[in-house]
Amino acid sequence: MDFSQILPALPGLWQGMALTLQLLILAVLGGVALGTLIALGRLSHHRLLASAAKLYVNYFRSIPLLLVISWFYLVVPLVLQWLTGNPSPVGPFTSCLVAFVMFEAAYFAEIVRAGIQSIPKGQAGAAYAIGMSYGQVMRLVILPQAFRKMTPLLLQQSIILFQDTSLVYAVGLMDFLNTARSKGDIIGQPDQFLLLAGAVYFVSSFAASALVKRLQQRLAI
Amino acid sequence: MPGGRLECGHARAYLEDSMNYHWNWNVFFQPTGIGKEIYLDWFVTGFGWTVAVALVAWVIALAIGSVLGVMRTLPDSKATSFASAYVALFRNVPLLVQLFVWYFLVPDWLPESAQTWFKQDLSPTTSAYISVVVCLALFTAARVCEQVRTGIQALPKGQSHAALAMGFSRVQIYRHVLLPQAFRIIIPPLTTEFLAIFKNSSVASLIGLMELLAQTKQTAEFTANIFEAFTLATVIYFVLNMSLMKLMGRVEDRLRVPGLMGGK
Repeated sequence: MDFSQILPALPGLWQGMALTLQLLILAVLGGVALGTLIALGRLSHHRLLASAAKLYVNYFRSIPLLLVISWFYLVVPLVLQWLTGNPSPVGPFTSCLVAFVMFEAAYFAEIVRAGIQSIPKGQAGAAYAIGMSYGQVMRLVILPQAFRKMTPLLLQQSIILFQDTSLVYAVGLMDFLNTARSKGDIIGQPDQFLLLAGAVYFVSSFAASALVKRLQQRLAI
Repeated sequence: MPGGRLECGHARAYLEDSMNYHWNWNVFFQPTGIGKEIYLDWFVTGFGWTVAVALVAWVIALAIGSVLGVMRTLPDSKATSFASAYVALFRNVPLLVQLFVWYFLVPDWLPESAQTWFKQDLSPTTSAYISVVVCLALFTAARVCEQVRTGIQALPKGQSHAALAMGFSRVQIYRHVLLPQAFRIIIPPLTTEFLAIFKNSSVASLIGLMELLAQTKQTAEFTANIFEAFTLATVIYFVLNMSLMKLMGRVEDRLRVPGLMGGK
């Protein structure tokens, strides 16, 4: 196999990787934020809120990510149009980002919930006893400890998400995989570029997993 | 782009054009214009392909994954490192990349006669089906392997030592002592993988296999009733997932190991 065409294509491939990473970082931040709210909802004493949060998690965990991406690709522009009253063009990037945030939030929520539940109840009781509000208890006492415990799991889930971002291929967004595919097609070496893409995903995921494992040993309480 | 990727482009352009969306839930009973089919038939066919991909891939994944899981617990370091390398490889490459490799690349590496058979004698549907099944089976086997290993390692060491002392061979220890218990312990995580294979089978739509998601997109394209088509697909996936979860919950109840924390 002739891999000589790969070197000149690297700048273009990097653009694809930049888009993948941008999507990944925004999706993780948004997903963890939304996921934390959902986890708090699931643990709340309001029955309605708790069951709505549970339904959200079960719903997104039982449908394929690819279906969610297609859904949002079609629906996000329409919903925005209804909200703003005029047609607002939304690129596939925004649609995909919304899809990933909503979908991953369900998975992050389960991790955050387990993290919160691993903190002894007495801590919240003590915090309430010295006059803290619910917001203060969560923000100052429970969540900082919970996040420390669950950071490795959140990162592990982010590595899975890194691989799953390749599914934006379905709506034609030029992420790393799609860029590699189209470059390979144009140059006439699709096989080489596909193998390169696979190797890049492998090396980055493998290295990241190894780092997470070391972090886990360090953070262990 | 080879492989018959379905575009949502037309459907989306249509949506962006029209301020007024025409709801029509009867669309599923309307004729497609192809033979005597109605759109609902497409969903039934698509569901059939989804199930056919998932079940066959699952059986293979379970078999290969169990062998690999056992290999990871053997004292033989060659077997252990082979299984570890397999798991690392298949868990760190995105599913879609794996699918493209199986569909676009691997057929070119086959011997001449097998290539002709795969590319020319088989219908495009059959060759896409084979690629997806192989891809999902090997992808899921890596995950099954990890679960089987965890299950075996969760058992007290004394059990295999006792069996060894009684004169069991290694094969007998796995066959009669370790595996029957390990599989009962790991039913919950295996259920997760079993459900995942149904969801993951939707990637088949990207190489042109007309499973549930592909049929949904096609219906959306043909009728412009995008909401209805995608809602039906979502409901089907949701109900499928929930019922399989209930079913596996029952299996788990029946096979629980008495005396363990999770037992009765």
